[in-house]
Amino acid sequence: MPHLTTYIGMADHGEKVLAESFRSTAQGHARLADVFHTCHTLATMSEQHRERLAPVIERYGEAHDVEEPERLHADGLGRPRAGEIGLLRDLQDLHVLASLVQTTWTVIAQGAQGLRDRELLDIATSSNAETSRQLTWLNTRMKAAAPQALIVAP
Amino acid sequence: MTDRVADVFGTPAPHGRGTVWPARVDLHLDDGLSEADVDRWVQSACVLCSNGCACDIAVKDGRMVGVRGRAGDAVNHGRLGPKGLYGSTPWASSPDRLTRPLVREGGRLVETDWATAMGRVVEVSKALLEEKGPLSHGFYTSGQLFLEEYYALGVIGKAGIGTPHMDGNTRLCTATAAAALKESFGADGQPGSYTDIEHCDAIFLYGHNMPETQTVLWARILDRTRAEDPPVIVCVDPRRTLVAREAERTGGVHLAPQVGTNLALMNGLIREVFVNGWLARDWVAQHTVGVEDLRSVVDPYTPEEVARICGVRADDIRRAARIFGTSRAVLSTVLQGFYQSHQATAASVAVNNLHLLRGMIGRPGRGILQMNGQPTAQNNRECGADGDLPGFRNWDNPAHVQQLADAWNVDPMTIPHWAPPTHAMQIFSYAETGSIGLLWISATNPAVSMPETGRIRKILGGDQCFVVVQDLFLTETAELADVVLPAAGWGEKTGCFTNVNRTVHLSEQAVEPPGEALSDLDIFLKYADAMGFTDQDGEPLVPWRTPQEVFDAWTAITRGRPVDYTGLSYQKLRGPTGIPWPVNETHPEGTERLYEDGQFPTGTDYCETYGHDLLTGGNVTEQEHRSIAPAGRAFLKGAAYTPAHEPASEEFPLLYTTGRTVYQFHTRTKTGRSRSLNRAAPDAWVELSPADADGLDITEGDWVRVESPRGAIEVRARVGQVMKGAVFAPFHYGHWDPDGLAPDAEHRQANELTMTVWDPVSKQPYFKTAACRVVKIRSGDGPSTAPTTTASAPVHDDLPVTAGGAPTLSSVVDPTPYYPLDSSSARH
Repeated sequence: MPHLTTYIGMADHGEKVLAESFRSTAQGHARLADVFHTCHTLATMSEQHRERLAPVIERYGEAHDVEEPERLHADGLGRPRAGEIGLLRDLQDLHVLASLVQTTWTVIAQGAQGLRDRELLDIATSSNAETSRQLTWLNTRMKAAAPQALIVAP
Repeated sequence: MTDRVADVFGTPAPHGRGTVWPARVDLHLDDGLSEADVDRWVQSACVLCSNGCACDIAVKDGRMVGVRGRAGDAVNHGRLGPKGLYGSTPWASSPDRLTRPLVREGGRLVETDWATAMGRVVEVSKALLEEKGPLSHGFYTSGQLFLEEYYALGVIGKAGIGTPHMDGNTRLCTATAAAALKESFGADGQPGSYTDIEHCDAIFLYGHNMPETQTVLWARILDRTRAEDPPVIVCVDPRRTLVAREAERTGGVHLAPQVGTNLALMNGLIREVFVNGWLARDWVAQHTVGVEDLRSVVDPYTPEEVARICGVRADDIRRAARIFGTSRAVLSTVLQGFYQSHQATAASVAVNNLHLLRGMIGRPGRGILQMNGQPTAQNNRECGADGDLPGFRNWDNPAHVQQLADAWNVDPMTIPHWAPPTHAMQIFSYAETGSIGLLWISATNPAVSMPETGRIRKILGGDQCFVVVQDLFLTETAELADVVLPAAGWGEKTGCFTNVNRTVHLSEQAVEPPGEALSDLDIFLKYADAMGFTDQDGEPLVPWRTPQEVFDAWTAITRGRPVDYTGLSYQKLRGPTGIPWPVNETHPEGTERLYEDGQFPTGTDYCETYGHDLLTGGNVTEQEHRSIAPAGRAFLKGAAYTPAHEPASEEFPLLYTTGRTVYQFHTRTKTGRSRSLNRAAPDAWVELSPADADGLDITEGDWVRVESPRGAIEVRARVGQVMKGAVFAPFHYGHWDPDGLAPDAEHRQANELTMTVWDPVSKQPYFKTAACRVVKIRSGDGPSTAPTTTASAPVHDDLPVTAGGAPTLSSVVDPTPYYPLDSSSARH
């Protein structure tokens, strides 16, 4: 099952990058209290997904030798951007990252189903649901920020 | 003659369960006057707390000289509290009233005429609309204006300008009440009634220091707990308030959770209801959605786990849960201890969950009161002067937006509905960067009342945003404005307002406003006229000239909505009692309780909101809502407890919480100008537990410095009833002082220390979860001036007792008048 192992690695890496990116967005926009606190909360969610996944990685072993899907790795956010329009772009980047993580969980859940791996299926399903919450918040916050950022922001 | 400073609740009238609350008329007139001296009495209701007590204003020689409770009113049966009695009228004839508009010239505010002042506002407004569009405008209102004023401003802001940046200080006091009701029941609207007090056998008060915030309602409870067959009281509060003592006295429980852990406690109580099988299974299956999810969310919160998180005894949790689970009829009330604390909406929704799980809603004694902090907060929520759309309409539902567009004859695109409305803290954040270039503040004092006031003052005083303030006085906020508009206050104008339990009162004009002061409605109309807002046919958008015309327009727009006013008119409101909405063809005399039939306004096409993720505030979409198909069933929603944002640390080892005293209201604009009230609570203080005070070598009356990462205050210490590890400061005191005598006027503002952080769903700021440290500066020269009569009572009872209010009169009304909707009331 080299490809499932790869996808598990992708989920682990994706959640790591997503968590780091949430945290750097929190720091970069700390002036906005809701962004600061919610991004930290959502980062913790991703970190918890990784914790739950750790024993599964142990079981399946890590795979570094499959080249092809590596191209799907998204880069982290890096340095957050400044200002209201910067926030909008950062949230958009987070959304792209979280979407990748979510589809990764979807794919893993299919694999886990086929293997009748209840533990992995449960992790993939519950992580997927929480990724939805991350995406929902990002969508909500982008919609709220967009008009002001696009039209009036200095 | 009663001194109602010393005797806050007045003469008791104990009565048994299921019998009508006796009537008692309370009266206070200025020194030397008796009822015979009064020229006329003018119908109104009190605005010095959220209870909504009906009263008549005494007028003599064109001045307001006192108030008298209205015996026939269902809300208060004639009673008034100390704030209402002593504080309702003296401010009006205060020599420092604003009587002319002011504009800033060369850095100073100077008097001018209306044409100049309004001319400046309109010039800036038009230029900004031209250059940046409607998003450059923000309006920050109050919980003190009248319904007609909110609605007129709502139409101006939403259909005239088209800005989503409208909110009120209701965001600080009552946003969570609205949010919790919407999440559980699909729309705002108080399920219960004050008359539930007469029928219940247990009352739970969650973060609600009722003896300090709504004294007349607490008197109503005392009249049950001190009689035959009393209800058991359960109190959730970190201070040993009078509620806590009554809980001990009635065989209930006082739960004092660590600041910031309310949700863990609530999850524990809900879990006990599940585990012990106290839920009404059939009712839950028929009338709710989400029970299984809720059960799994609360599952980890065993009494022991909750005890560990909250620092309360596991057995006390079991005991409180048992009272809830086994009582025949429970009334729950919720206020700022939940609304302004960590995970506010989730914790308040949990109270709704408990009632839903037991099917305990909509019948006598089985009620929920998600309280309001202010007398007219409800109207701000109803009328759309905060972000919500008028009539509890859903901004995310195009059909609802179209209804408004049709009523106002404007393009629906004009009405901001593309995102959740902008909340107060975000409005100030936009003003901070100049993204909002015109901020109009009415009847509120954010320079004292908002969190992290140092930051707020900078925003208001800076050049990046043009600030308009309309108020009765030159408040700390008005001092920073570019234009100050003198407003008429209560009794100087006519309008309606609605209290916590949906009761609508008409407040008639009793006297003329001073000088050139105008009603807030007239000021808004003046602005609308000058701006020339028109509808799609070129007719004036805001055609109204009188409050009554606005009221009639408002009632029309509520047709078919939960908040149905169509059966109300000024004429009808001139009767003996206020009337709770909905009032319509089906309920011509109003509605005592909502949801009697277990049908909730949750239908996807009807609801006020599709709901939120309680943890993040992310919006549920229409499709998601439709797929749940709630169709009249209430939502059971849960969330896991997460630790507060700023835990105590080595550097800041104590937890800071703020609140009120019974003798002052808000930033004391009115109560500070009443001699009786101001003498009772003249200056700020900070409360410490005896253990913490000992450890810091602090005794009663010592001067201490309280410091958080954001700011500091230096005030006198009260060694009192707060739990160990917590520090309490009243938020009323800014630098304004009526006598100019307070030695700490420049460093006593409680909100210097609070955090800029808010609830993800209700967006209500958290005033009760900051870390702080306390150091002694020097010994005091006597006790602090904190009142001894209520929750701020000292730990040692050897201090002089707070007293000295002017005389008031009380008379029992026998027989008790008939209250049409009150099932315990009888016709004579």
